Amino acid sequence: MRVALFATCFNDTMWPETPKATVRLLRRLGVEVEFPPEQTCCGQMFTNTGYADEAIPLARSFVDVFEGYDAVVSVSGSCTGSVREQYGDLAKRSGDTALVDGVAKVAPKTYELSEFIVDVLGVTDVGAYFPHRVTYHPTCHSLRMLKVGDRPLQLLREVRGIDLVDLPSATECCGFGGTFAMKNADVSVAMGSDKVRHIRETEAEVVVAGDNSCLAQIGGLLERQRAGVRTMHLAEILASTEQEAS
Amino acid sequence: MTTTSSNPNPLADTMPTFIGMPKFPTMAKEALGNTQQRRNLQHATHTIRAKRAAVVGEMNDWEALRRNGADTKDEVLAHLDTYLEQLEAKLVESGATVHWARDAEEANRIVIGLVQAEGVDEVVKVKSMATQEIELNEALEEVGIAAWETDLAELIVQLGDDRPSHILVPAIHRGRAEIREIFRNKMAAVGRPAPEGMTDEPRQLAEAARLHLREKFLRAKVAISGANFAIADTGTLVVLESEGNGRMCLTLPETLISVVGIEKVLPTWEDLGTFMQLLPRSSTGERMNPYTTMWTGPAAGDGPQNVHVVLVDNGRTHVLADEVGRQGLRCIRCSACLNVCPVYERAGGHAYGSVYPGPIGAVLTPQLRGTGSAIDQSLPYASSLCGACFEVCPVRIDIPRMLVHLRTQVVDEHRGTRNAESSAMQAMAWMFADNRRLQKAQRAATLGGKLLGKRTSLGAIPGPASAWSGARDVPVPPKETFRQWWSRTDGGRR
Ligand code: SF4
Repeated sequence: MRVALFATCFNDTMWPETPKATVRLLRRLGVEVEFPPEQTCCGQMFTNTGYADEAIPLARSFVDVFEGYDAVVSVSGSCTGSVREQYGDLAKRSGDTALVDGVAKVAPKTYELSEFIVDVLGVTDVGAYFPHRVTYHPTCHSLRMLKVGDRPLQLLREVRGIDLVDLPSATECCGFGGTFAMKNADVSVAMGSDKVRHIRETEAEVVVAGDNSCLAQIGGLLERQRAGVRTMHLAEILASTEQEAS
Repeated sequence: MTTTSSNPNPLADTMPTFIGMPKFPTMAKEALGNTQQRRNLQHATHTIRAKRAAVVGEMNDWEALRRNGADTKDEVLAHLDTYLEQLEAKLVESGATVHWARDAEEANRIVIGLVQAEGVDEVVKVKSMATQEIELNEALEEVGIAAWETDLAELIVQLGDDRPSHILVPAIHRGRAEIREIFRNKMAAVGRPAPEGMTDEPRQLAEAARLHLREKFLRAKVAISGANFAIADTGTLVVLESEGNGRMCLTLPETLISVVGIEKVLPTWEDLGTFMQLLPRSSTGERMNPYTTMWTGPAAGDGPQNVHVVLVDNGRTHVLADEVGRQGLRCIRCSACLNVCPVYERAGGHAYGSVYPGPIGAVLTPQLRGTGSAIDQSLPYASSLCGACFEVCPVRIDIPRMLVHLRTQVVDEHRGTRNAESSAMQAMAWMFADNRRLQKAQRAATLGGKLLGKRTSLGAIPGPASAWSGARDVPVPPKETFRQWWSRTDGGRR
């Protein structure tokens, strides 16, 4: 099986530890993951802000880059959602039948990390070790667009040493929403503040999610409050092992 | 963003409703400052949310019902002309008079004419979104006809010279103490005053409203209603409500005028079964609503003898023409989407500048009115696209997808007029179009990261990004991007 990593523009540039951890993790699980360097951005920010014309070439390039692989693993739930749920509309708008076909082929084999591990690899115990108090925030796109369900929790529950605590009102949006965070900054911050209050209630040391964009919102607020709670991507916790910890 | 004249909706010129309001973020900011309102809203929405989840959870065929509801509505929308003609024929056959109204102005003119023909200067009303949409009360007032709202929450809004802020609970933003004040200060001027010594206990407030309204019911010759459903194969109109005040309106007066949006049609009597399960559970979190009233034309010697039905388009055929937007017409106004919306919960209903607030308002309003005004351009952006609305919608309206569709429409309408946002978007799209361009930009970012040394985050930063950094720290870019690391280490193998 040829597996490609889609690092996403945001993680590539701002949060490289996440795709690095994903590579370590997948290798440990026996997957030889490739990184096609022609990849850039899925175009989600453009699509969701209404700039469909700007997003179409990015969708086309995504299809071109990843068409030849059996599976594409992405480190962002929302970018995966964009490929799987929004590319169809973009392709239709472009009127390009080759793109419509390409999307139909690539979209179903594009996976978010927990989906890939649980559904494709059939694994829930990834042999991780992480001795900390952790709470999990299910990001909206993973939860409602991709319907990842409790797959991330299945994986987290098997982590050695972890103290996994429930997050109150877990399914409520953190208020990020891409450009929403800027266009409606006041409402966005009000939503994020409630999320952060719930996180602090859990007394967790670490809040984990499958999307660094949501974590940037949460982390940005936690940092401003000097809350002493770390944000981590799911991949980083799953990649941690006892050797690393010692 | 500047407003342009390119407005695809021909109705935009004839609809005075709320247009001219500031855009959503401005209105929302104001609402956020009202902490009492925020607390009222949070408490109320969370309570109904939990009730809805519980009664929906008891149904093992909920998904099938939802699909059935959506399919039935889609069938109606696909053949709307046929079903409307059938409905009209059945209504006429059963003795009702049918009127057609293209827009708000025409609908109001028809209703005013009917009320004036009865020679009265007051009417009672059962809560109706359609009449709010066309601003019927205001139109009646202009010609000297008083329209008394008889739904308790609607009465609070009316007496308080306020606007509704929720589809189902129009006074959701008001607390008990405020309601007591409104009743004490306003009831006397328009009818029976509030009882002496009334406290803000809900039972006492309800009793005051009951006594006040009873006078109006017994006096009224004409009533005005909407309808939740209009059944094509029988010519039956259906109203669901909780208080029984609606039933008083629908049965006591001599003349009943129902103002009904053309999308309210259901094909057959059997179809009603699906919606009688979907609606109460989604709206009030009840298994069955307390009062369901149905009428098929006038009944000799019983109830209203003159039955009029005004079928209103007001932008609906315009929405129908839009393949993605069309599903908005499935809406049965249950308000489940409002009660789960994190944006509505904080911004409140007034920020939406429309009788349809919350997620459905954010899509329906700019569709019905067009996106010519500042408020209507901002509504499709009044969402984080979290998808909670779609998850609860009993007729499966994919609101997030519609929002994105409308955002595209807003952007498309402004193509050619450059602004800061479109310039930035185009510059970024250019950069992402080629990985070599992206790498160049990344080198600048990582250089910034190196210069900042050990700092883990930036505080407030100036410029457009201050919208982010006003309350949230900004992470410092890493010293090496992922792709730099990959090529330096051969993906960690070196
Ligand atoms: S959009 Fe759906 S959830 Fe919202 S009011 Fe309409 S029917 Fe109810």
